[in-house]
Amino acid sequence: MLKLATVSTIAFSTIAGSAMAQTDISWWHGMGGRNGEVINEISQQFNDAQDACKLTPLSRGTYEEALSSSIAAFRSGEQPNIVQVFDAGAATIMNAPGAVIPAEDLILNAGEEFSRDDFIAGVRNFYADSEGKFVGMPFNSSAPIMYMNTEAFEKAGVEAPKTWEDFEAIAPKLKEAGYIPMTASQLTWMMVENFKSRNNQQFATNNNGYDGVDGTQLIVNDENTVMMFDKLKAWADEGLYGFYGAGWGDNLKPFEEGKVAMWIGSSGSFGGLQKSAQMPFTADFMPYWGSIEGAGTQSFIGGAALFAMAGKSDEENACTAQFFSFLTSPEVQVYWHENTGYVPITEAAYELAKEEGYYEEKPVAEVGIKQLMLPGGEWSKGYRLGFYPQIRSVMEREFNRIFSGETTPKAAFDTIQQEGDALLARFAKTSG
Amino acid sequence: MTDTPMTLPQSPGLMARLRGFWEGSSRNPAKRVQFDRPLTPWLFVLPQLLIVAIFFYWPSVQAVTSSFYLEDPFGFGSTFVGMDNYTDAISSREYRRIAGFTAFFAVMVTGLSLSIGLLLAVKADKVIRGASAYKTALIAVYAIAPPVSGLIGMMFFDMHMGPFTEMAAWFGYEMKVGINYNDTAFALILVAVWKQIPYNFIFFLSGLQSVPVSVREAALIDARSGWRRFKDIVLPLLAPTAFFLLIINITYSLFDTFAIIDVMVKDKPANNPMTLVYKVYLDGFKGNDIGGSSAQSVILMVVVAALTVAQFRFLERRVHYG
Repeated sequence: MLKLATVSTIAFSTIAGSAMAQTDISWWHGMGGRNGEVINEISQQFNDAQDACKLTPLSRGTYEEALSSSIAAFRSGEQPNIVQVFDAGAATIMNAPGAVIPAEDLILNAGEEFSRDDFIAGVRNFYADSEGKFVGMPFNSSAPIMYMNTEAFEKAGVEAPKTWEDFEAIAPKLKEAGYIPMTASQLTWMMVENFKSRNNQQFATNNNGYDGVDGTQLIVNDENTVMMFDKLKAWADEGLYGFYGAGWGDNLKPFEEGKVAMWIGSSGSFGGLQKSAQMPFTADFMPYWGSIEGAGTQSFIGGAALFAMAGKSDEENACTAQFFSFLTSPEVQVYWHENTGYVPITEAAYELAKEEGYYEEKPVAEVGIKQLMLPGGEWSKGYRLGFYPQIRSVMEREFNRIFSGETTPKAAFDTIQQEGDALLARFAKTSG
Repeated sequence: MTDTPMTLPQSPGLMARLRGFWEGSSRNPAKRVQFDRPLTPWLFVLPQLLIVAIFFYWPSVQAVTSSFYLEDPFGFGSTFVGMDNYTDAISSREYRRIAGFTAFFAVMVTGLSLSIGLLLAVKADKVIRGASAYKTALIAVYAIAPPVSGLIGMMFFDMHMGPFTEMAAWFGYEMKVGINYNDTAFALILVAVWKQIPYNFIFFLSGLQSVPVSVREAALIDARSGWRRFKDIVLPLLAPTAFFLLIINITYSLFDTFAIIDVMVKDKPANNPMTLVYKVYLDGFKGNDIGGSSAQSVILMVVVAALTVAQFRFLERRVHYG
């Protein structure tokens, strides 16, 4: 056995030695579990598909850790070729020109084809600069959707809510049927950022932060946002909404156990839920407010994008470009989509998945992309805000205080407004 | 970390040696006998000095420098902002709240783990039958790594299925660790104390066992009250151990509890209590606000240094090393 291992090691190193021309590129990401495995599978497919480049993916823990370690590595000149950066960290990396090569430039320089129109509408803005040039390559994109416990809805004899008003009408019946009507994970993403998108509400000045960092301020203590949380608090007090803290899993767990009728979660959770849910479930769009004029627009993309870091040789950049093209090919996108639950990011991939009959078999998988393809509004495109991970922490803190009765939604959002603006002002100074 | 109490009392000695080195080392003839070249002792301490320089002085200088700047995380641009990072931190209500909790946390963890450790040591010292079994059982917890004890704590206090949560429910209390500030504070302190008791226990036990039997017997003749004998004889003889443990425990509660907190708040502190070290980590490593988090770490460094110096000044005088 040992001998065999030795022989194969030698054989392997000989092969590796003979393939001297091969260019190594690295990819740091923040995914674990099944999603991390799929990343390895895709990298392997890329390596098998061609000889010139060898891609090595490496998990750096969470999204935040992937970003921090890439920053530290960049400062010491040891950066990877590709780094995965999550939605909230986008401003950090995009406001540091010189840290990354815009994906679009990279691909065109390498002589590969690229067209913005290939991508579905919902993913085009978030990781692009003000002219629409792709800086990051959208990769794992998700939408917040409403998962429903089929048994609970049957038992209560109610239909899926389209709006929050519908929810108010059916929630008491779900409660009578013995269920907690609703839980939701990550209120920052669901009930603030996507509340803004889904209801077409402005989130920050300077065009939601897209137009620049100077003087950007949040718009969060407005009537509508506060109303959303007044309602959530009232629902929690009436037992219509279960709040289990800022942790993602704590809010998901009771849904998986079949105690909750509906869970507002990520379309990217579909892969995992198929294994963990102990009851049949279905999904639909995240509700919006019928009372808000112009509401019902698309949600913006969550998840993360891939960025090509600067300071690498042309050969390596060519390999990175080749990988980005490979990644957006319909076959790879469909493979990723079907294995993780993240949405396909190109029209062609979506068509391919449809043709294969995937959505007839698993209609839930189509909810996220359909929601991203809803008509857009002026403010449905998301945001670009500096130090946003900290602003999210401030929100999480204040939300916990709301539900433990330490503060009111209005006071909480006043605090978020104040501390958030201070952080944005600090961020504007860092790039000065 | 453990060498904090060791190096500090030596620092006057180090100064004396430095003086001796410059003044031709004639002041201390004993040393000349041991090393005929003045360089030799330095060679021996060089590895330790290098470690201290690389892992303490150099990063400290960097922290102080970057605390005066607001820096783009990638290091492209930085603006000199003077004391802004310090005033921002100190004037923030949230920062003061965290500082307040840190002080409370340090007092509770140090006080409880020292007193429980001492109580258990005194009791274990008296046990004759099966003594080693008891001791092993008490010490074993020390082998658990902080993140693991955090994980155990997290499971015990889980909102959906934690046994402690269920126990609280028997008494009609709805415990919500992770949502309710006080509940989480209680859970954090409990786990941090539990983790530290064995350490204190080991030291107190060995301290107790070094109290001479003859002294104890003599005391037995003078006083019938066990409490009085303990207070007048054993406790003063334990003072050096207790002083050492006090410093270690304060450092533990301020710094080493990081992993416990990180695991128990599940990476999302929200409104949960946290210590200053955790805040430094959050702002620096998760928020990428290098200037702000450097300023906070400098503040923390100054406070801890002042605390340690104060302890040596005012408390150590009362410790009798025998």
